[in-house]
Order: sequence, then C-alpha cells, then structure tokens
Amino acid sequence: MNSEISKDIWVFAEQTEGRLAPVAGQLLGEGARLLSDMPAGARLCAVVAGDHDDAASASSEAIAYGASTVYSIESPLLKDYTTDGYAKAVTAAIEEYIPDIILYGATPVGRDLAPRIAARLGLGLTADCTRLDLKASDYLEFAQKETTMDTSGLDLDDTHLKQTKPSFGGKLMATMICPDARPQMATVRAGVMDAPEPDYNRTGEIISVNADINDEDIRIKVVSREVLESESASISDAEVIVAGGRGLGSAEGFKLLQQLADKAGGVVAASGAAVDAGWIDESMMVGQTGTIVSPRIYIACGISGSIQHLAGIEKSDTIIAINTDPDVPIFEIADYCIVGDLYEVIPALIEHWDEYKSLK
Amino acid sequence: MNFQLNEEQQFVIKTVRDFAQREVKPMAAEIDENHRFPHETVAKMAEMGMLGIPFPKEYGGAGGDYLSYYLTVEELAKACASTAVICSAHTSLVTWPIYNFGTETQKQKYLPEMTSGKKLGAFCLTEPNAGTDSAKQETRAVLDGDEYVLNGIKTFITNGGVADVFLVFAMTDRTKKNKGISAFIVEKDDPGFYVGRNERKMGICASSTVSLTFKNCRIPKDRLVGREGQGFKIAMMTLDGGRIGIAAQSLGIAEAAFDEALNYLKTRKQFGGPLTKQQALQFGMAELKTEIEATRALIYMAIDLKERGLPYSEYASMCKLKAAETAMHVTTKAVQYMAGYGYSKDYPVERMMRDAKVTEIYEGTSEVQKLVISSKFI
Amino acid sequence: MSFNIIVCVKQVPDSDKVRIDPKTGSLIRKGVPGVLNADDCNALEAALAIKDRFENVHVTAVTMGPPQAREVLIEALAKGADEGLLVCDPALANSDTFVTSSVLARAIAKWADANGGYSLVIAGREASDGDTAQVGPQIAERLDIPQITYVSSLSISDDMTSVTAERLLDGSAETVEAQLPCLVTATKHLNAPRYPKMGNIFGPKNITSWTAADLQLNSDSIGLEGSASVVISSFSMKRRTGTTFVEGENGSEQAINLLGILHERHII
Repeated sequence: MNSEISKDIWVFAEQTEGRLAPVAGQLLGEGARLLSDMPAGARLCAVVAGDHDDAASASSEAIAYGASTVYSIESPLLKDYTTDGYAKAVTAAIEEYIPDIILYGATPVGRDLAPRIAARLGLGLTADCTRLDLKASDYLEFAQKETTMDTSGLDLDDTHLKQTKPSFGGKLMATMICPDARPQMATVRAGVMDAPEPDYNRTGEIISVNADINDEDIRIKVVSREVLESESASISDAEVIVAGGRGLGSAEGFKLLQQLADKAGGVVAASGAAVDAGWIDESMMVGQTGTIVSPRIYIACGISGSIQHLAGIEKSDTIIAINTDPDVPIFEIADYCIVGDLYEVIPALIEHWDEYKSLK
Repeated sequence: MNFQLNEEQQFVIKTVRDFAQREVKPMAAEIDENHRFPHETVAKMAEMGMLGIPFPKEYGGAGGDYLSYYLTVEELAKACASTAVICSAHTSLVTWPIYNFGTETQKQKYLPEMTSGKKLGAFCLTEPNAGTDSAKQETRAVLDGDEYVLNGIKTFITNGGVADVFLVFAMTDRTKKNKGISAFIVEKDDPGFYVGRNERKMGICASSTVSLTFKNCRIPKDRLVGREGQGFKIAMMTLDGGRIGIAAQSLGIAEAAFDEALNYLKTRKQFGGPLTKQQALQFGMAELKTEIEATRALIYMAIDLKERGLPYSEYASMCKLKAAETAMHVTTKAVQYMAGYGYSKDYPVERMMRDAKVTEIYEGTSEVQKLVISSKFI
Repeated sequence: MSFNIIVCVKQVPDSDKVRIDPKTGSLIRKGVPGVLNADDCNALEAALAIKDRFENVHVTAVTMGPPQAREVLIEALAKGADEGLLVCDPALANSDTFVTSSVLARAIAKWADANGGYSLVIAGREASDGDTAQVGPQIAERLDIPQITYVSSLSISDDMTSVTAERLLDGSAETVEAQLPCLVTATKHLNAPRYPKMGNIFGPKNITSWTAADLQLNSDSIGLEGSASVVISSFSMKRRTGTTFVEGENGSEQAINLLGILHERHII
C-alpha cells in the first residue's frame, strides 16, 4: 500500500464486452473538469475490470475519453459482472493505490458494486449524484443561483468533494461530503454529466493490478442474461410527450391525448396513477420509478405531480400542466399552467395547433 | 377521559382507509349505478378479517375492540356507504347476537364461518305491518316435535339476498306481545324459505335489500337463540349495537361529503378566486366541520360505554339520531355548495346524499331514537 | 430448526404527502404520516410468500429508527411476520448508510446468534426518502454473504438451500443462483404486497427493542460521529422562473392563449 495518499481521481469504467457504458465517458468528462481543481500532479484515472480482451479494449476507450492512467484487473472470472468478483477486483486496486475520489455510474452495476466496496473499506458513499463540486466558490455560486439554500454557513475553504443528490424522489436535494476516509466515493446519475469527444490517438499508461480472483470468491452464479425489448425507448427519446394522469378519469382519455401527440409530433405517456388504474401499460410510465424523460415539451394532463413523477420530468425543456386543482404540485415546476378541464383544453389545442405552428 | 386512539386503533384506520381508498372507492359509483352487490370487495374484506373484528379469536374473530370495528365501518363509509352497511349489518346485527345470546353449540357452528366472512348474516325483524311497532309481528313460529315451523314475511332485509345465516324474529306466543317474540337462526337452504326480489331503493343501492318469505319453513328446534320469549330483548340489545354502526356509517358519509365539497371549493374559481375565499362558504364549512366533530364525540361516548360493559342504549340512540342528521345535513350542503356539479351523477356527493337518507330510517327511524332517548328520562 | 428470514424495513414519510417549505427548502414533516417504505413492502411480501409455501418459516422484520418506527413493525406483524426488532437509540440519529448498515447487520447477527442463524435477508431496493439503495448491499458486506440486487422474481429451491432470482436491470434481465444464506433487494416488480389481517393487529406484539448498548455499539461508531459521510446542506431547487398561469374564460380560450405564448416564445 502506498504511504502517501494521492489526489488522483478515478472513474470506474463500467464495460460490457469491452465497450464502455455511456456513463463511463460522462464520468471521465466530469473527472477532467474536477481535476482542474486538484493540485498539480493529480491524475485522471480509470479502473477497469474484465477478462483480458474486454479489459484491454475498455482500457483503450477509457484513455480515448481522457484517462491518463488505467488500472486494469484482468481475469477470466471477470468476464461477466458479478458483485463478488468486481468488488474484490476494485478493492484490490483501491487498497494498492488509494485515490482521492472514485466515481461510479449510478447504473445497476455501479449501485450494486459501490456500496459493497464502501462497506468493505469503511468509506463514505453518496448515491445517484447529479452535481459534483470541489471548489467551494463553484458550489456557492450554484447554491445562490439555483437553490433555496441559506449559504451563510458555507465553509468557503472547503476542499472536499461536495456531492449533490436528489432525495425524496427529487423533491429535496442534499449535499454530502466524506470528511475523513479516502477515497471519497459517489455514484453519479447517467446522462447528467457531459462526455468529451473520444480521441483514439491519445495515449496513456495501463497498469495491471493483480486481484487474485478465485472461483470460490464468486458466490452468485449467473444463469442467463437477456436484453429486454423496451417500448420506453420511444418515451425517453421523444421530443414532445403528452402524458395523462388520474385526472383523465378513464383509459378512454388516452385516445384524446394520442390525437394531441399526433398533432404535436410526440408520443403519449402516463403517470404512475394512470398506470395503477390499469388505463395504460406500465412501460409508458414516466417518473423516477418509470422512465426519466427530457423532451422539448412535456404536457401533463390531469397529473397532480407526485414526487416521483416530477423527478422524472424535471429535465424537460418546457413543462405545460393542465389540472382542475390550482394547488397541485406539478404547477410548482411547470412553466405554463392551465387551471381547467383538460377535456375542454385539449380539443382546442388539437384544433388550433397547426395554425399557431404555421404562424410566422 | 382519553380521546387518544391507541396504536392498534390507529393502525386499523390506516389499514382500512388504505383498503377502502384503493379497492372500494374506485367502484362506488359503478355499483351504485348498477345496483350491484360488490361480492369481490366483500371477499377481500373477509380475507382481511374485516367481517369479524370484535369477536374472540377462538371463534375466528380478530380479537379486536368495538371501537376498532366501528372505525372500520366509518372508513368504509367514506368510500362507499353500501359497502359499510354490508359489514355493519353482518357484524352488529347477526354475528354479535349469536355470539352474545347463542348456545356454545350455536357459537361453534356459526361464528367461525361468519367471522371469517365465509357466510354473511342478515337480521330479519321488520315486516310489512310491523316496523317500529315490533309487537305487531305476524311471523309465527310453532314448535312441532323437534322442529319449529315458521310462517310469515319479512321485508327490507339488509344483506337478505346474499346472506347464508338469517336471524329471524317470530311470535311464539302472540298473547304476550313483545314478550312472545323469539329469535331463530334460519339457514339459506332451509325448506320453506324463499328470498324475494331486490327492493328498488333511493340510496345504498349496492347493498342487498329484499323481502323474505317463510312458508312452513321447518328448522331444528336447537336454532332457537336464547329462550322462547327473549326475542324482543335480543332484538333491542342487538339494535343498540347496530345503531352505533349506522352512526359510524353516517359519520363516514358526512366526512366524505365534506372532503369532496372542500376539495371543490378550493378548486372552483369564481369572482376572481377560489370559492374558499368566500366567507359565507368558509362559515358554512366551519359549521359542517363542527357538526361532524360533535357527532364523532357522541359516537365515541356510546362506544366507550359499550366497551366498558355499561348501559349504552340511550347513547346509541342519541349518536345514531345525531349522526344521521349530520350525514343528511352535510351531504345536502355539499350538494348545494357544489351546485350543478353536486347535483351531477359525475360527482359523488349526490350519491352520498341519497345514501345518507336511509340512516334516518333503518335500524330505527329518527323518531324511534327519540322515543328511546325520551323514555330514559320521561 | 426453522428457516429464518430477516426482512429489513424502514419507516419513511408518505411521499405523496411530503411538501417542501418553499422558503426554507426544508421538508415539512408536520402532519405527514410515516409509512412502510414501498420497496420494503415488496421485501416483506417476498418473505411472507415463502412462509406461505414452506413449513416452518420464521419471518423477522427489523428496523432502525425513532420510537414511532414501531409502527412499521406492527404493520409487518399484521401482514404475517412472526417477530419485529426495533433498533432505537437517540445516538443513532444522523447515521449514514455506512453506520445504518453496520447497526442492522449487528442486530441481525445478534438475533441469529440467539435463534439458530438465518437463511435469507430481504431488503427493499431503496428507501423513498434517501434514495440511496446502499443499505442492502452494505448489510450483505457486513454479514459477509452474497447479495442479489434489483430482484424482480425470487424462488427458493425445494430443499431450501439455494435461491434463484431474476434481476431486472436497465434494459436487461439476468437470472442468477446462489447458495443460502444470501441477501436480496426487492423491487416493486417482485410481487403485489398483501393487506394486513385484522386478526394479527390485536393483542400482545412480539416486538423487541434494542438500544445501541444492547448491540455493543460505541457512541463514536454510530450517529454523525461514526458516519463516513455527512450531509452539509439540504435544500430545494428554485422554482423554474417565469411560471405562467394561462388565463382564459374557458378551456378553449386558455388553449388558444397558451398556443399564442408558445408560438411567441418559439417553443412551437
């Protein structure tokens, strides 16, 4: 074990069959940004685990995305992700090289792996971060501009990694730090950070780490894996979403929403309440427990806005909400609110959409 | 004096409210409109043990207190008054008297199936010519060897079309008037027992209300509950408990109508703001809320007396009288405040108003309650 | 000996009723009822389903929280759990997931020592208040047993020595097997939780309360002091600026006014 603790920033470079998960590129982008606030000599590194071929190709890709050093743990037993195998592999690398920060994607793999490592090494871990700051001044600016935080007590000399995450399904935010133990660890939500353009001409150092993985280490046997067909792809990619909730009153209401969606070049989706009522398939559900969406226009019809639903739509560019109740939570985040009967408003939207769209 | 619910009672409310809002409320309008008995809901209630709350576990009951049972009726009534009375009539009017007056053999035979909801009960006192004046009972029971032979007609029998166990009151000695009435258990498949068609009612449309005909209906003599001549006393004591159930049902209806009206007034914008900004409506709602809470206090007092084994007949009648008036008043006001929407079948308060009316009528009209109450001091 | 299942549960504020004070950004907890965390309902149901299927299964629900967290144990018992364990101590306030998992693991181990061990630990995938999904895996690590997270289907082998589970991941599914004991984390896809039974509500409750001292936990290893991570601020995001209520005499007029605004601002 190194006696001196480095200021290196690591990214756990999640890979499948040698291809990096998109979030790994995003984390390397974020890592590079954070590195500029670290003392000179600190490096951006990736940690890769896999069999020989997968680890090699993932390492090259990590370098292309900006890692200067890759710690690579290779073993045929690491071909597929398992908690036991990967936890042992990554722990071995951490114990040997002790970085200052490790970022994991808040993917099923990252959220399975990171807590296990944190518990093993006695480390703090913040789940599902949507913002990271090293510089206190950056954090202060964010806090003042975008939040309701009372910033009077903020320590402006703080150099910890300030890890900001949604809680209560996005209704409340929290910022955490890991005061003592190193490395500081966080899982970071996919799609939030920006990945750089990969540069496959970049070079970097690949350091092989021996983790001594044995058959008996791996206590879970993977019997099968399959990729699921998902209709929600269309929701997550849609430019315009017309979503219905309990206020629709019946499954019939979705027919009207479909007409508006057709008119606006979008798709229909639903809140959890409409799904629970059995009016529409669960795959159409928007929200933290369904699909998180980021359309250009989100039209919420008869949706009051449960916390988990709001968490799933907050990244929409423009939110329009129609509800009979002026006090519903969705009006607190919507850009345009109509207090009224959706069965009066939507037919009029359908009727007049084209004339306004074609206006110059 | 302690008005704090204990942790069990609080959990009962949470459980039943959750069930009622998820399973009962969504179908309340449909079963009302189609006059359809909600067999599927009753099966779920049975599964949860909701049809035998205040009876010992040795008879398959939940081993709960009376307050927990009445809180259950109240929460059900908030979602659907018909569903509430199915539970109340079964529990208070049939299971309870068998538990309280039945022989050990009768209790062993009937209670486990009734507390588990496998069999539903119906209470059969009212006749075409004997409503409030029960001494005018025309149904007769005559002992013939080892059997009683019943002849007569009962009417407006709640749960009558769906029940398996009927607590039937009949004259065994006409000369003794009320003291000649006896109580019997009749089973659905007994010979000479016929179920009539459903009554066409104003409210509680999803509950089953029928006439029953006994034509040389022969039952074993061990179906007599209590002794011969004890029937009137059994009926009156049973109705005392039942009346608190109807009071709880009324309270639930009133609370639900209040909530609907409040939600509407908050939402509906007239004259530049929500209707809750109108002081006349604020004051009106304040009065309704006060009435609801006063009613609740009176109901809890009656339950407390019953729980402690003290006489509660007077309080049962008072709370039923008051609660029925409250339900009628609050639902009428809710319809009025919601105006056209209140009157529309697309909103639930018109159903609540229709449902409320029967609480002033069944298990003793409001006038009968006043007779009971005044008899205690005049 | 019975087949012992431990279910980890948490009381959380009812998320449908949680509101945030728009001025202070803090959570308005007043009047918000505590409920059994949604994923934990699925965890409990999974345990009870195993109890329904096999003879001699003992289900113990364990929670860490303030005294009122007892309510979720009452709910677990009402649904059919055999026993509840409440780990409750003011010194546990502000514990992070690292401490929480070590406390729960300690409680599970103590219970197991006295009751002949355990075969399965089931936790909800995540709690709806903290949204971390960390406590389950961290308990597994503390107990040194394998974990299966994101479980959408679960079955115990007939000889009750191994488990087969389906994991529902982002866009893929995986079927895995493990020898018992192991820990699984339940998702809402796993099952449909049952309602409580009235008959289980009334009467003496088989609930044991333990303090930190009962678990031989030192004050410097729990609460804020023992935590590896600390919350430095909690807040809410400012409302999106320019929330516009679109007026109009009726729905049709509101719709036309909206379209006018959307067009003017180049949104359509």
